[in-house]
Amino acid sequence: MTEFIFFLNQVVISGAVLGCIYALGAVGITLIFGILRFAHFAHSELMTSGAFFAFLLAGLFASWGIVTPIPTGFVVLPLAMALTALLALGIDKGFYAPLRKRGAKPVILLIASIGVTLMVQGLIRLFFGAGSYSFFENESKEIFRIDTSFLGSTRPLVMTEPQVLMIVVTIISVLALHLFLTRSRLGKAMRAMADNADLAQVSGINTALVVRVTWIVAGALACMAGTMLALDVTLKPDLAFNIIIPIFAAAIVGGLGQAYGAIAGGLLIGFAESLAVFNWTMVLRPLNGVLPDWLQLPNTLALVPTEYKLTVAFVILVVVLLVRPTGIFKGASS
Amino acid sequence: MALIELKHVVGGYGGAPILNGVDMAIDQSDIGVIVGPNGAGKSTTLKAIFGLLKVTGGTIEFDGEDVANSLPDKLVPKGLSFVPQEKNVFTSMSVEENLEMGAFTRRDNFAETMEWVYEMFPVLAEKRRQPAGELSGGQRQMVAMGRALMSKPRLLMLDEPSAGLSPRYVIEIFETIVRVNAEGVGILMVEQNARQALAFASKGFVLAGGQNRFTGTGAELIADPEVAKSFLGG
Repeated sequence: MTEFIFFLNQVVISGAVLGCIYALGAVGITLIFGILRFAHFAHSELMTSGAFFAFLLAGLFASWGIVTPIPTGFVVLPLAMALTALLALGIDKGFYAPLRKRGAKPVILLIASIGVTLMVQGLIRLFFGAGSYSFFENESKEIFRIDTSFLGSTRPLVMTEPQVLMIVVTIISVLALHLFLTRSRLGKAMRAMADNADLAQVSGINTALVVRVTWIVAGALACMAGTMLALDVTLKPDLAFNIIIPIFAAAIVGGLGQAYGAIAGGLLIGFAESLAVFNWTMVLRPLNGVLPDWLQLPNTLALVPTEYKLTVAFVILVVVLLVRPTGIFKGASS
Repeated sequence: MALIELKHVVGGYGGAPILNGVDMAIDQSDIGVIVGPNGAGKSTTLKAIFGLLKVTGGTIEFDGEDVANSLPDKLVPKGLSFVPQEKNVFTSMSVEENLEMGAFTRRDNFAETMEWVYEMFPVLAEKRRQPAGELSGGQRQMVAMGRALMSKPRLLMLDEPSAGLSPRYVIEIFETIVRVNAEGVGILMVEQNARQALAFASKGFVLAGGQNRFTGTGAELIADPEVAKSFLGG
């Protein structure tokens, strides 16, 4: 039983946390791809900027002496999301919209977004340096240890408060996004434009408005993902830049342009990564008593070493693209 | 005064113009049919009216107002609607959502209009929850027309509504067009089944080389030996 709880801690909980972050990032990428038809590489910088906005706001709250019952990072999240949405709108207006107006090809926009990535990252380093920050310098990170001795386990089930909140917040936002896309006039217009942009225009849908709404939604979700990642680990200028590849993999695996696909893809890659680096020796150790001496388990028995975690996303991506080229949820083929 | 009036419209996609002076006038009570050989500028005329290509000369007046080079999100609220020839439904969205998108520019309650569309196309009411991409060609054409009617247009433009349909559906679509017109919606359509369409047209236009060659009532054009010989296949 102890082994099973260890498995839950290492794979299920950390996989869910990672999966939530990937999913929220990938949804934005997939929505932008659906509407504007380009791979928005700078999405990682929206995530990182969002986390820094939240960090600044949390600092502001602390300096005002406001004490919150849950980590301040979560309390200031709505404000930080609004700021990140504004940043996303500004970046679009300043860089991508002029290119679109000149009829630039998607690859030009992709390169432009790489430029934006470098610029935003440089700006962050200019103000905050290259070091890392923690949301928990002034407040403590509460850790829940659920005693599982009634199951015969000597280990408790461990979850931090940010992790619990993160999963709850992700579930709420995914539900909200679902309702937005299926019930609201603008959400349906977004789906219509992703489905057939020419017909959306012919129907009289204000496509410029839909583009703005897309940036607002994608920016807000990116901020949420970035802040939660920073709350789970630490905040640094290359926070999300390091995970943009698995996030892209999640969006592509789910089927580009498919919001639900991105969520499924994010969770799939999150769980797969934690499963791949899981040390099976911990679970299989009891077998050592049964196994002959020449077949004892090594100290670490993981599919891939932690440093190579990134390869997992690629393996899944390649396999999915070979078996189902348009992704699990049948997205755009380009 | 006509509902829509084109005077010497010149336009194209940049480069040499495709339209070299098209004249047309349609009343709300009219069914106007544009026929002509391939590359005559038939579909281009509809697209020029709908702001989908650049008009460089002449005037387009809708209800007395100059609308040349206006974009669809401005034209739809004024009472213009367009059904493209291809890719004219949102395949991943349900029939009902397709209709809702047609009403995007309306801020009032459009439930009544939707009932009206379902009355016109009872088969769509049955399939209202089904993705439009799963429907047959004829049913998709109905979704496309229904979508265009949701904005309560005064002029409905259709680009080859019968293209690729079986003869049974061609008749059904034509009958529906006549019925829509009887309910007070002006029609301007491009048609390959020229003889069949001119038979119910109150105004017919034969285009060639981006210009009007013959203009008259549908019956006049069918009766004209020259039109029949050159454009209606004898």
